[in-house]
Amino acid sequence: MSHPRPKKIWYWLLTLPYIAIFWLPFYNRIEPTLFGMPFFYWYQLLWVVLSSVIIALVFKLAHGSGKRGGQS
Amino acid sequence: MNVTATIVFVALFGLVTVLGFFASRWKKADLDSLQEWGLAGRRFGTLITWFLLGGDLYTAYTFIAVPALIFGVGAYGFFGVPYTILVYPFAFLVFPRLWAVAHRHGFITPADFVRARYGSRWLALAIAITGIVATMPYIALQLVGIEVVIGALGLPTTGFLGELPLIVAFAILAAYTYTSGLRAPAMIAVVKDMLIYITIIAAIIVIPAQLGGYAKIFAAAAPDNLLLKSPTADSAGGYSSFLTASIGSALALFLYPHAMTAMFSASGTNALRRNTVWLPAYSLVLGFIALLGFMAIAAGVKNLPEYSAQFQQYGTNFAVPALFLHSFPSWFAGIAFAAIGIGALVPAAIMSIAAANLYTRNVHREFINPNVNSKQETQLAKTVSLVVKLGALAFILLLPMQYAIQLQLLGGVWMIQTLPAIFPGLYTRWFDHRGLLLGWVAGIVSGTGMVASTGFKSSTYPLEIFGYTLPGYAAVYALLLNFAVSAAITVLVRLLGLKPAPDATVAQDYEDPATDDASSLRPDISNVPAVD
Repeated sequence: MSHPRPKKIWYWLLTLPYIAIFWLPFYNRIEPTLFGMPFFYWYQLLWVVLSSVIIALVFKLAHGSGKRGGQS
Repeated sequence: MNVTATIVFVALFGLVTVLGFFASRWKKADLDSLQEWGLAGRRFGTLITWFLLGGDLYTAYTFIAVPALIFGVGAYGFFGVPYTILVYPFAFLVFPRLWAVAHRHGFITPADFVRARYGSRWLALAIAITGIVATMPYIALQLVGIEVVIGALGLPTTGFLGELPLIVAFAILAAYTYTSGLRAPAMIAVVKDMLIYITIIAAIIVIPAQLGGYAKIFAAAAPDNLLLKSPTADSAGGYSSFLTASIGSALALFLYPHAMTAMFSASGTNALRRNTVWLPAYSLVLGFIALLGFMAIAAGVKNLPEYSAQFQQYGTNFAVPALFLHSFPSWFAGIAFAAIGIGALVPAAIMSIAAANLYTRNVHREFINPNVNSKQETQLAKTVSLVVKLGALAFILLLPMQYAIQLQLLGGVWMIQTLPAIFPGLYTRWFDHRGLLLGWVAGIVSGTGMVASTGFKSSTYPLEIFGYTLPGYAAVYALLLNFAVSAAITVLVRLLGLKPAPDATVAQDYEDPATDDASSLRPDISNVPAVD
C-alpha cells in the first residue's frame, strides 16, 4: 500500500506563526491587558495555542486524517 | 532542613529509581543491540514520544533558568516562548524526512546521516564532536538544577556532606541508564511530566491569588523591564536580540543529539507530526513558568532573610525555589522540587545516551576499530555513557557553576553550526562536503570569537553594519557566515571540477515509508563508501 502524495500547498499556513512572532512592533506593548497581563505576554501565550491549532490543521489538510500505513 | 519536603522528595525519587530499573523489561527486546539500548527499537508511539521529547527538551535547568532570567532582566527572558512557537512548524516539515531516511538506513545519530549523505568521514566526525562537546555542559547544568533544589530543601551544600546527595542521585541515574538504556528516561518522563503539570497548575492558581492577581504582579516589576527596548536611530534595541535568540534557539534545539535520539526512537513519521501538534502544551507550561519570575519579584523573595544564604550561593537561579518555599505548604514544595529534580534526570540520561551513540558510531567504529560487532558496540556505548556522566559530575564538583553556564552558552553557538550539513541535506545534495566542513570551521571560530569578545558573559553580540547596531544571538551571525563559506567553497569546488563524494541515499528514502516491509530497509552503514 502506498501513500497518496501530501498536498504540500497547505504547508504555507505554517508561515503564520513566524509572521506573528516577527511582527514585534505590533505586540511589544502593555495595552490591552488581559486579567492584568500585558499584551506582550498574553499575545505570545495565545500564539502557542494558535500555532498548535495551525499545525493540526495542516496535518489534516495536507496528510488526510493521518491514519495510514500502520504508523501510530 | 525542611523535613516534610525532603521526605516527599526522597519518596518520589525512590519511585522513579524503581521505575528506571523496571524499564529494562518494558517492550522486552535484546538490550545488547544498540538499536534497542540506544533507541528502544524505534517503537515509541505518539504518546510515549510526547512524554520523552517533552521531558527531554524542557529540562530542569529550563525550569530554573528561564524564570531566573525574567526575574533578572524582564521581557527579554520571555524569548523561550516564541522560541518554542517557532520550532514546531519547522519540525513538522523537517523531522519526518530525517526520521524516514534514518529508519531506512538504520542511522542512530545525525552524524550517521551526514556520513551517508555526503560520503565524508571527517564531516561526520565534525558533527559528532560538536554534539558530544555541546552536550557535556548541558548535562552538567542538569546537575545545577538538582543542586539548587537540594539547597532549597535545606540540606547542607558545602563539603563532602553537601556533595553527597548529588553523587547519590547521579549514581542512581548512571546505574539505570546503563541497564535499561533509553527505556528508563522514557518511563520516568511520564512521572516527571505529571509532577510538572501538577506543580505548574497549582502555581498559576495559588500564587497569583496570594499576590492579589496578575495586575499586581506585573505592577511590581520595574516598568522598563516589562517590554523590550524599542529600536532607536542607531540601534535595533531589544528587538534584534529577542528575535535572533528565539530563532537561533529554535534552530539549535533539534540539532542537539539528545533531541535527535528521542526523535529517532519514534515509531513513525505520523507519530512525529502529531507530536508537533501536541508538544506546544509544554510551551504553554514553559510560558507560565517564565511568569514565575515576575511572581518571585512581586513576592519579594529576594529580600526575605531566610533565603539570603541560598540567593548568595545560587544567584537568580534561586528565585523559583524560593517562591515555591514561600508560597506552598512544605509537602507540596517537596512535590515541586521532586518535579525539578526528576526533570533533571530524564534529559541527563538521554543526553548521555546520545553522546555515547555519537562516540561509538562516528568516532570509535569509524576511526579506531571498524570491526566491532553489535554486542561490543552496545557495550562500548554503555561504558561511554558512564564516562560522560562522570565527566559532568566532576565538572560540577570541581569547577565553579559559572563555567558550566558559560560553556552551555558556547554549546548552543557551536551546535547550530551543524545545521548546514543536516537540514538542507534533507532536501538537496547541492552543498559539497568540503564546503560544509570549512563552513563549520568558520562558524565555530567566529561564534566562539563573538562570545569571547563579551568575556564569555553573554552570547548576544552587538553586530555593527554601517554604523547601525544590531545586537543579536552570536549563533545566528556565525551561522550566516557558515552558510556563506559553505556556499562559496561549494561553487569553487565545482569550478575546479574536483571529484564529488558518493551519496548513499536516494530521493525516495526521505518520503514517508510506503509500507512497514522490512525488506525495503537497508540498515547498514558500515560499507557506505567515503572519499576521505
